[in-house]
Amino acid sequence: MSILVGKNTRVICQGFTGKHGTFHSEQAIAYGTNFVGGVTPKKGGQVHLGKPVFNTVREAVEKTQANATMIYVPAKFAPSAIIEAIENDIPLIVCITEGIPVLDMIKVKEKLAKSKSRLIGPNCPGVITPDECKIGIMPGNIHKKGSCGIVSRSGTLTYEVVSQTSENGLGQSTVIGIGGDPVNGTSFIDCLELFLKDPETKSILMIGEIGGTAEEEAAEFIKSSKIKKPVIGFVAGVTAPAGKRMGHAGAIISGGKGNAGDKIEKMKSCGIIVSDSPAEIGKTLYDKLAR
Amino acid sequence: MNIHEHQAKEILREFSAPVPKGVVIYNVNEILEKIKPLKTNNLVIKAQIHAGGRGKAGGIKLVKTKEDLVNEASKMFGKNLVTHQTGPQGKKVKRLFIEEVSEINKEFYLSCLIDRSSSKIAFISSAEGGMDIEKVATNNPEKIITVKMGLYKSVNEEDVKKIVQPFSLSEKPQKQAFHLIQSIYKVLIEKDANLIEINPLVLTRHDNLLCLDAKINFDDNALYRHPDILALKDPNEEDPMETEASKHQLAYIKLNGTIGCMVNGAGLAMATLDIIKLYGAEPANFLDVGGGASKEKVSAAFKIILSDKNVKGILINIFGGIMRCDVLAQGVVEAVQETNLNVPLVVRLAGTNVELGKKILEKSGLKIISANNLSDAAKKIIEATK
Repeated sequence: MSILVGKNTRVICQGFTGKHGTFHSEQAIAYGTNFVGGVTPKKGGQVHLGKPVFNTVREAVEKTQANATMIYVPAKFAPSAIIEAIENDIPLIVCITEGIPVLDMIKVKEKLAKSKSRLIGPNCPGVITPDECKIGIMPGNIHKKGSCGIVSRSGTLTYEVVSQTSENGLGQSTVIGIGGDPVNGTSFIDCLELFLKDPETKSILMIGEIGGTAEEEAAEFIKSSKIKKPVIGFVAGVTAPAGKRMGHAGAIISGGKGNAGDKIEKMKSCGIIVSDSPAEIGKTLYDKLAR
Repeated sequence: MNIHEHQAKEILREFSAPVPKGVVIYNVNEILEKIKPLKTNNLVIKAQIHAGGRGKAGGIKLVKTKEDLVNEASKMFGKNLVTHQTGPQGKKVKRLFIEEVSEINKEFYLSCLIDRSSSKIAFISSAEGGMDIEKVATNNPEKIITVKMGLYKSVNEEDVKKIVQPFSLSEKPQKQAFHLIQSIYKVLIEKDANLIEINPLVLTRHDNLLCLDAKINFDDNALYRHPDILALKDPNEEDPMETEASKHQLAYIKLNGTIGCMVNGAGLAMATLDIIKLYGAEPANFLDVGGGASKEKVSAAFKIILSDKNVKGILINIFGGIMRCDVLAQGVVEAVQETNLNVPLVVRLAGTNVELGKKILEKSGLKIISANNLSDAAKKIIEATK
């Protein structure tokens, strides 16, 4: 089972023939992803990496029955690429692009709310179900099929945690990088909900960062959930300096929350085991399950 | 990106928000010439730095005569202001804003920002404006009103009413408040601002609303479509090493410890600092090399890290995804040779082509300490710098 992506996910790439699109599509195909084609305006009809190129998402969906898209187009054009995917009812949209203006993302979110699509990202490493489907920029070979669901706001820190759970044999059901932008498509809670319902996922790792209140909200959700699974957390940025900032509005709207200490305290109070060391997240989970 | 108060007020004025009359001064000699358009000698001198809390730190002075004005202004130029928002090193005053003093009846708080948790635009308002608004938020949250909305052409009337309700205004200033809300909303949408804060928003003795202070922060990702905003950037407000780092696409923040760090990805970089601290040492910096690392980039990173004289050793922690460990290792070897690195260096590599990378480091014959994982790396660099 796993969540979001698997063997039956038919993937296209928007920005297919560009440098990043090409490189990561190649990697996805090599990993065994069911990759069915790509979109680059004005290049329709060509064949790239042995797959068909289409001018529009509509055409790609009609011809390939794609049900997922990965977006590698530059930040200036990424919002309209996401909206094009939404308007064509693609169930899963993964946007890797970083640097999208936040107001553009608010516009995207408004479209998303009225749609049948789910967006992961932007500014994220993507989503992977080991041995089945890789959509994103993560190195495939560090993953191992298994029972742990991982959701993270970070990129390379996710790889760190993935490799820890591969090394100790637990492996991953699905790994999702939701991205570090202030406004993103899928939240911790969305992913936790899916992991809790997924029979193949036996435990959950949640990797947070300082800033915002997403971790606190997720912790509250775990506490109130009827389905219980072991949840291990980590929050990066305990040592981050209380940076220079302007004004008070950010502090007021987050109710003074957002630092690592508050997040960790909240997570612990909601029954999440929080690892102090980023090197021992996998071990903390292993020990919990062995007990 | 942050801008100065005088620039923020200029933008607000463009969008027809009420702001006091004022002039910006870069040099004390130009002061008397520049204040000619101001109609009173009752003036306020405001140090222009990118931080709040200026009043308590001595960055705001009221004067009643031209003599006092020149005296106080000369004292303020070059002064190092330390406020709760500048960090301990403070900020040097290089420009002043001279404004006509307003007769204040009441002080309110008003701001507009992007609320990340709801993905909406939020207005925050309170009748308790002034310096201690965060205390009010903690102790009397009921005195603060938050109104959230989507992306529209303007704010709808119901929402405007809710936003200005805590101010309990009479008819004339109420009308002004309605206009002000629309102006602020427009600035946020049209200029891609993340935050606009008016604190205090005052009601004058003649029952007029006036934005007495203003802070605006812009979305860095959207600056490409606002060259006019980008032009407002004050290089004096940027840390010189951070500016140098950004030229090489490196994200660098100086900290107070002794262990220099070079990591790919912000989350892993923060986690690396955390583990150094967990094992009892202090990191000297945050440095994210991003998605690729050539010899040039690694050399630049070494130079930036070593410009901090407290650094006793460097830890490189790379988890290669897009970045290949062999390419990085080659870059490290060449950069060590080029910069004659003379402090201990621990390198931890993982991910794509890790074995090739390790071999390159070994074969180089350089004194590079190789680490197997994150905790091993932290322990080794702490040991090496003892």
